[in-house]
Amino acid sequence: MCLGIPGKVIEIYEIDGTLMSKVDFDGVVQEVCIATTPDAQVGQYILVHAGFALNVLSDHEASETLKILKDLQKFNKDYYGDQEIR
Amino acid sequence: MDVNFPVMEGPVCPIPISQHQHIVIGHGSGGVLTHDLIRNVFQKHLGNVILNQGNDAALLRMWQEIPEEQNLVVSTDAHIVSPLFFAGGDIGRLAICGTVNDVSMLGAVPKFLTATFILEEGFPISDLECILVSMAKAAEEAQVKIVAADTKVTEKGKSDGIFISTTGIGWVDRQYQISGQSALPGDVVILSGPIGNHGIAVAEARGNLGFRSQIQSDVAPLNSMIAALLGAVPNVHVLRDPTRGGLATTLVEIACQSKVTIRLQEESIPVDRDVRSACEMLGLDPLFMANEGKLIVIVPSDNAELALETLRKHPYGQKAVPIGFVESVSDGQLLLKTPLGTTRHLDMLAGEMLPRIC
Amino acid sequence: MTVNKTSPESIRQTKAVMEEIRRITTRPWNIMEICGGQTHSIMEYGLDQLLPEEINLIHGPGCPVCVTSLELIERALQIAAVPGVIFTSFGDMLRVPGSSSDLFGARARGADVRLVYSPLDAVKLAQENPDKQVVFFAVGFETTVPAIAASLLHTEKLGLKNFSILPANVLVPPAMHAILQSPDNRVNAFLAAGHVCAIMGYWQYEPIAEKYQTPMVVTGFDPLDLAIGILMNIRQLEEGRYEVENAYPRYVTRAGNLTAQGMINQVFKPVDRQWRGIGTIPLSGLGLKEAYSHFDAGTRFDIQLAQLQESPLCIAGSVLRGVAKPINCYAFGTLCTPSNPLGAPMVSAEGACSAYYRYHKVN
Repeated sequence: MCLGIPGKVIEIYEIDGTLMSKVDFDGVVQEVCIATTPDAQVGQYILVHAGFALNVLSDHEASETLKILKDLQKFNKDYYGDQEIR
Repeated sequence: MDVNFPVMEGPVCPIPISQHQHIVIGHGSGGVLTHDLIRNVFQKHLGNVILNQGNDAALLRMWQEIPEEQNLVVSTDAHIVSPLFFAGGDIGRLAICGTVNDVSMLGAVPKFLTATFILEEGFPISDLECILVSMAKAAEEAQVKIVAADTKVTEKGKSDGIFISTTGIGWVDRQYQISGQSALPGDVVILSGPIGNHGIAVAEARGNLGFRSQIQSDVAPLNSMIAALLGAVPNVHVLRDPTRGGLATTLVEIACQSKVTIRLQEESIPVDRDVRSACEMLGLDPLFMANEGKLIVIVPSDNAELALETLRKHPYGQKAVPIGFVESVSDGQLLLKTPLGTTRHLDMLAGEMLPRIC
Repeated sequence: MTVNKTSPESIRQTKAVMEEIRRITTRPWNIMEICGGQTHSIMEYGLDQLLPEEINLIHGPGCPVCVTSLELIERALQIAAVPGVIFTSFGDMLRVPGSSSDLFGARARGADVRLVYSPLDAVKLAQENPDKQVVFFAVGFETTVPAIAASLLHTEKLGLKNFSILPANVLVPPAMHAILQSPDNRVNAFLAAGHVCAIMGYWQYEPIAEKYQTPMVVTGFDPLDLAIGILMNIRQLEEGRYEVENAYPRYVTRAGNLTAQGMINQVFKPVDRQWRGIGTIPLSGLGLKEAYSHFDAGTRFDIQLAQLQESPLCIAGSVLRGVAKPINCYAFGTLCTPSNPLGAPMVSAEGACSAYYRYHKVN
């Protein structure tokens, strides 16, 4: 229901008292309002929807999903060997 | 003895200003202003022996040039674009390349163009000159002559700055059977380079979507590349430029015309990184974005390597790649194999391509 | 660090996850992706083709333009037609048919209808056109609401008197209740929408999962995200668990974005809202609080609505509730196509019918 794409904050400033930023989406730069993520820092990645930040990318190294993938990798290797999975 | 001549009284007609900075309604009157505009602006940039004769029509002594066994090819195209100037091009270059490319898609060599200009009262003459310079440059690059032209002026608000309509004439060797109906099962589909750049460059120039990038329109005349291609591979089945509606719509058209199923491999379709990113941001699909300097070539598989090699030697075809093949006879469909190995059905663009947020 | 959705590594991992799904699935399960953006991704990548036959994906009502009521669309059309109004909207809403026309049709009849990327662009238009009334069609789920709330707060700071919104926002949890309470409900588990949860967190879903004993997994939008979300749901179903799990931790926490939630609560309050094809769901929409009610275009413009009529052929309601698939519709692909839509789900790229039409493998 809601298109959101991640981009890197490259500049932060204010317009009429509202917190704004320039965000780089892989070579395309867009102005994004970060009133919703006032703690965002230059260099961080934010998730952007309709010109507004939804949230700041968190360090998810220890996350459940990565654990699933690691377990799967191990399982598939044990189960199927090195053969290509369909 | 000094004689005092009486000062003339009564109404005196002021001489009209002849050095306008903007188009005025009188530029379309057919009178002095029109002639001045034609001589000082249009002929200055687009002039050549035929156009400058100033006759009502251009006399083309084609029997001197058309070799035997050639057919005449004609195409016409109206150009409206907002804004008029965008990264990588403008309406002038578009008006030349669009028609040159349309004539070329039958394998013909475009030779002559005619152009009609609809100008809105108030349009800056400096902008008009920029557009004409760009047209002249594109025409020179494409080696076509503008042999007839017309200008009309509308009242302010009744048109939008400038509209340009061009008609192209060229000829084609009767040996070529190039047509949208000629794709056959087994043929290879080749694309001359990355897609979506023109559509995004124009969207960016419009300014209302508020993004900036280095993306440039690909608008270019493709006739010299096509001439090189046909020189090497006369047996080309289909040539088509994926303009409005993008690659997908164009290939659906061809699939329906030829009554075949075309299957594409999604990963092999080139899209520049920043174009892909802009599309994702706006919820657009590069497969449906307009191009103005790309070529789809459908050739028998035996000729595909040579066709690719030839395209890649040309500046506008350096990134040419095979993107799929004609699979079978059907009532016309386009299938896309995704990177996951699944199959997606592609249809023509419905309505207008709208950025989506939700 | 923007991950390539279809890098060889993520493709390989997605296939491995699909393999695991096939391995652990022992019986049929119906999983609803509530969000239209996820429906779109599933169709775009053909993920449904990789699932075992037992797994049936049901497309949920999470397409904001699809569920916007006929009444609100008619209201929008009439406000847009008022002289001196600049009516602004996200692109997806422009072609959604009301009972008589769509916003493009209104534009063709002379209304000043403009597409904006962000609600702040509409505020900018109001600044630039002080002699016009600028109205923004505020559609969207919780994801979009903070953008609208922040735009209104910004408008207030600027002291603009010529900006207003037509509130049409809707909320996910009441829709989940409505689906799960329905007598013809078939949903066994939910993929919760990652971007809604980026704002709202997922603590709100815990009582729902518990009450209806229905597992939920907060899921992202890339093929790999979706595959993992589906896998985690099937694991829960097969193990008899019904918890709320988070498969999108890179942007979602249990609490969500508290700043954004604060903005929503400052400006909006829950109200009853009618969902197109579904009916009125209590407290499922957002209306303006008293202190911000002067921004309500619905009261700023005096609009009289006539009796409204849906196309009798359209089964959008059943599609949106997940009871029918688009292909079950008599009009699908023949009388109703993206070029000539009878109902909203055929219009938006997120609409289930449109996604089916555009992406589904024929034959």
